[in-house]
Amino acid sequence: MAKFMEWVDARFPATKVWQEHMAEYYAPKNFNFWYYFGSLAILVLVIQIVTGIFLTMHYKPDSQLAFASVEYIMRDVPWGWFIRYMHSTGASMFFVVVYMHMFRGLLYGSFKGPRELVWLIGMVIFVALMAEAFMGYLLPWGNMSYWGAQVIISLFGAIPVIGDGLAEWIRGDFVVSDATLNRFFAFHVILLPLLLVLLVYLHIVALHKVGSNNPDGVDIKKHKDDQGRPLDGIPFHPYYTVKDLFGVMVFLVLYFGIVFFVPEFGGWFLEKDNFAPADILQTPPDIVPLWYFTPFYSILRAVTWEWLPGGAKLWGVMAMGASIAMLFLLPWLDRARVRSIRYRGWMYKTALTIFVIAFVILGYLGTKNPTRIDLFAFPNVYWAQICMILYFLFFLLMPWYTSRDATKPEPDRVTDK
Amino acid sequence: MRKALAVFLFLLSPVAAHGAGGETAHLDKVHIDLNDMASLQRGARIFVNFCLSCHSASYMRYERMAADLGIDEQIVQSDLMFASDKIGDLMTATMSREDAKQWFGTAPPDLSLMARSKGADYIYTYMRSFYLDESTPSGWNNTVFPNVAMPHAMYEWQGNQKAIFVTDDSGNKVFDGFELVKEAKLTPEEYDAAMRDLTNFMVYLAEPAKLSRYTIGFWVTVFLLIMVALTYALKKEFWRDVH
Repeated sequence: MAKFMEWVDARFPATKVWQEHMAEYYAPKNFNFWYYFGSLAILVLVIQIVTGIFLTMHYKPDSQLAFASVEYIMRDVPWGWFIRYMHSTGASMFFVVVYMHMFRGLLYGSFKGPRELVWLIGMVIFVALMAEAFMGYLLPWGNMSYWGAQVIISLFGAIPVIGDGLAEWIRGDFVVSDATLNRFFAFHVILLPLLLVLLVYLHIVALHKVGSNNPDGVDIKKHKDDQGRPLDGIPFHPYYTVKDLFGVMVFLVLYFGIVFFVPEFGGWFLEKDNFAPADILQTPPDIVPLWYFTPFYSILRAVTWEWLPGGAKLWGVMAMGASIAMLFLLPWLDRARVRSIRYRGWMYKTALTIFVIAFVILGYLGTKNPTRIDLFAFPNVYWAQICMILYFLFFLLMPWYTSRDATKPEPDRVTDK
Repeated sequence: MRKALAVFLFLLSPVAAHGAGGETAHLDKVHIDLNDMASLQRGARIFVNFCLSCHSASYMRYERMAADLGIDEQIVQSDLMFASDKIGDLMTATMSREDAKQWFGTAPPDLSLMARSKGADYIYTYMRSFYLDESTPSGWNNTVFPNVAMPHAMYEWQGNQKAIFVTDDSGNKVFDGFELVKEAKLTPEEYDAAMRDLTNFMVYLAEPAKLSRYTIGFWVTVFLLIMVALTYALKKEFWRDVH
């Protein structure tokens, strides 16, 4: 074995890569609950790719056959229902895991220097993931798939001058049709997965260059032993590989619990209207995207001020785009001297709490009819507008409140709670 | 294109969404039990005899149904299938779609997934909510699906119902209840039970995997919980020197 590795290492840096990224990659020893979600995201990516390969063996990207081929998978393909539920549950769980992963960044300031690029690459992954999920959602060719795609692609039509042409170019037709289904299939199974794998690779390379942050937000490289190993660091392998293995098992209990017992998750993971085939003559009563898009969908619909130049729709689209763009700017909006929420003052803590509440309410309202009253006193659209403003204020006021916030001094070493 | 866009714009604007979530009829709860094989078998018989003439269940095979519900293939072939079908065939309708369009104005929808897209309570209530109405082409109407094209297929079992509407305080006509105007083969209790069997079967029909996935899920969970315990112990062992 040693001889064999010698032979390989002379031709390919196998041992070197293993050491740099696993056995001698020093991670802070105080990772907590929030640090499971990175490795879980990789796990879900693998699940999606593997189940996706099996689904493509039986799925037909053809508007006449797509819906029936999914039912064929659900009934006639041995274990087809299992693979399909793994994939549909995996899509939602991907977002659960990624949202937790991103929230961890907000908690412990992981986006702050020197990890700006880690954060930016991560944001590109998030956007690619949204595109991947959106295109995948069209493939079952259910009625909600169809109308959801119809609505979202028509958003591009709001762009002045080139809008209509652009929307047509994306669809390859005047309406969502067979041409759209075919290209979305190509993007969903080839382009975006390739891109995602590449981006995840870059995300990890960038992370391993600067080193992982931790719940205390302190730099573990400041204190090293005489061999140059961080005193508060432990080798990723075996310590975090076994710890993450435990995390994986806990995750799988929840994941397979959904796959086997509640794959529709009460309509949140698989919508009722999507069990009827796409029908251009029958618009569903409420066109609602899946839950992971609803906060942004809510922002889109919250802009109802028709007096805005160009019309409310254009501004709605821009607001939705800006709500995602804001996240990219985080490393430069945050002026605090400390990273972790543990040493920040009341201002950031309050702002983050309000932000999370606003985000959750926006997500909830995105599934509801804007004119109805589901919270209290006001119709949903007014609540969405309030939450949208709070959402943006979190970012826009950040340079002000983070530079004024009464932070506590960071400890020198991790506190290892 | 302009028109299509206008439609989408309309759909997007919150004002347009008004009325989309409008009033829906009250649905009666139905008790679904996929372990009740006898009920599923009775439901299958009703489905094949009454529904399958006009509606298809074209994602489902007779063979699968026979195997899942423990019905002998011979019996399925002699009692539940049309002579020309083979046991491995999909459950298609006798009536052609073209004929259906001419006779009813619309082709009856495929029923394979009805229980998933509409829900069990919907089917159960719908099947018990037909009433006589001279203003519709078929002479039937339905409180769950107003002005439905489908006539009451099971009037011989249920009898003819009249719907009673009352005027509420704000002057709207509100449905108040049914009155049986013609006696039927079955008592109301028997009819409800039969419709429960039919709904039960349609829930199975919408997702045959449902019969097995709970049991498999139980064992998968047991296995994973053991793995949780083992990996936790492994982690503890490895981390002994860190803490």
